[in-house]
Amino acid sequence: MGLKQNLHSLREKYKGTKMAPAFNALHTFLYTPNDTAHGGTHIKAADDLKRTMNTVIMALIPCLIFGMFNAGYQHYVAAGEIEAVTSGFFSSEFWTLQNFTLGFWKVLPILLISYGVGLGVEFLFAVIKGHEVEEGYLVTGMLVPLIVPIDIPLWMLVVAVVFGVVIGKEVFGGTGMNILNPALTIRAFLFFAYPTWMSGDKVWVEGAVERTREIANGSTADAISGETILGSLAQSHGVDYSVMDMFFGFIPGSIGETSTLLILLGGLFLIFTKIGSWRIMLSSVIGALVMGYIFNLVVAAGWITDTSKFYGLMSTEFWHHLLIGGMAFGIVYMATDPVSASQTNKGKWIYGFLIGFVSIMIRVFNPAYPEGVMLAILLMNVFAPTIDHYVVQGNVKRRLKRAKLKTA
Amino acid sequence: MGLLSKKDSKLILDPLADDNPITIQVLGICSALAITAQLKPSIVMAISVVFVLSVGNVVISLMRNIIPSKIRIIVQLIVVATLVIIVDQVLKAFAYSLSKELSVFIGLIITNCIIMGRFEAFALANKPWRSFLDGIGNALGYGVILIIVGFFRELLGSGTLFGFKVLGDSVEKTGLYAFGYENNGFMVLPPMALIVVGIIIWVQRSRNKELIED
Repeated sequence: MGLKQNLHSLREKYKGTKMAPAFNALHTFLYTPNDTAHGGTHIKAADDLKRTMNTVIMALIPCLIFGMFNAGYQHYVAAGEIEAVTSGFFSSEFWTLQNFTLGFWKVLPILLISYGVGLGVEFLFAVIKGHEVEEGYLVTGMLVPLIVPIDIPLWMLVVAVVFGVVIGKEVFGGTGMNILNPALTIRAFLFFAYPTWMSGDKVWVEGAVERTREIANGSTADAISGETILGSLAQSHGVDYSVMDMFFGFIPGSIGETSTLLILLGGLFLIFTKIGSWRIMLSSVIGALVMGYIFNLVVAAGWITDTSKFYGLMSTEFWHHLLIGGMAFGIVYMATDPVSASQTNKGKWIYGFLIGFVSIMIRVFNPAYPEGVMLAILLMNVFAPTIDHYVVQGNVKRRLKRAKLKTA
Repeated sequence: MGLLSKKDSKLILDPLADDNPITIQVLGICSALAITAQLKPSIVMAISVVFVLSVGNVVISLMRNIIPSKIRIIVQLIVVATLVIIVDQVLKAFAYSLSKELSVFIGLIITNCIIMGRFEAFALANKPWRSFLDGIGNALGYGVILIIVGFFRELLGSGTLFGFKVLGDSVEKTGLYAFGYENNGFMVLPPMALIVVGIIIWVQRSRNKELIED
């Protein structure tokens, strides 16, 4: 008997029992079910929820692989064992097996924990509530490892994933009912619960703290700041990464968010497959550029001088904002989450624009919260239904007016 | 309870669980979020509200037949304000540091919806003894939730109870496999109080299905 047969008989065996949803989910996840509808069905579409989720995961895979290479690369560069990249995206210093191996063994546990714990909670709720397991966690589980620092202690991740899935999603009724993006809820929880582990200079590069300790004990290694670019800008330190480094992603940061190039490709893929909304992506970019440009103008007008604590981030050229931090990743993979985003087309423009606008504002005005994009998306998630409501009402009013004009 | 008749003891017991002012009527949430980061202020707040609500209920109940209904809100406000000022002065005199910690929230007991709510809904229509019991019951129902929330927030947020260290030291090692206790900073922030109250509501309603509204 093959695996499919086994799964099938398992499913039959548990049919009607409490555990049925769990086995159903396993069965339909691996194979297309045999049963077809017998009545009159009229919709034939290949893009069910499972397909949608898998497309997003495909778009995320390059970021994940790159993240693994980058984790190793950042570690070895900081340790002084290899030279920094010099020759563009395909630099031989970056794409080495050594880098990948280190990154792989660091990222894999995070990925496994994220999926294991998250799906565990999801299965548990499905069994208790007696509904089918939904595919929603497939993407969340992939997003989580990409938006946490490489040195995040695993037990914190477990706590955060349980919190995020239960409070962010299950209490509202599961996939499709959640107000907030679950992956961002998980990150926000980590950020507020364990701030020293989610910001500053000790978690972004693998082994940063041990190295500092060694240096303090008389090691001869060079002290290299393990801070993210946003972190050093917020403290008005200089940045020693070139714009190309930022674009290609050879910078410290959360595991999957550094490479703007790959995120851009992922975004194009999502737009091409019509999974992600180009309206949200485009309007978020516009929003971020507008806010960044306003800040640049403020600096140019001389209202803010370099004695101000805002100077570092305000004087950053406006389009650099898109390359640093989680801005690009947030816009492409988080803001476009179809459940928590606005549903109407006009609403999507407003929603996206405000995400970009508010992200940069938080980033600049509150150096304690450098990752403004996370907070901005969560904030707009909350406002999305309100935006939709007014867009729909506006439409109703306009059409009523037109109807009246016609009859008059 | 032998002391009280069945009807009277219901006045005290109901608000403690199935008619709780915070988890069922969702009143008095603001102060429940603001002062529960630690256990001690939560308890002091609970005691203050017990005092204000029970005495206030008796006073209003005694005056219920002579208060002109058009100005009853003003009269109620004066009664609450007087009692709150007494509490505030006592705290300032005997527990100054605590009074500073609670700052404006003692004064804001005046605006606590539970108090005006009980005056309006109960004391204005019932005799003093029953009003007194009702006041005690509702204030205790409020206090119990405050203390539960305060307990969890202080324990998980600061690792202390009444200011004494209970949970272990923070993580020494770093990296993926670091293991050790670390205080949850989110617990100290007001949003987490809302979530804790939400979880209490969740637990309560899943234990007693009758409380679930459609």
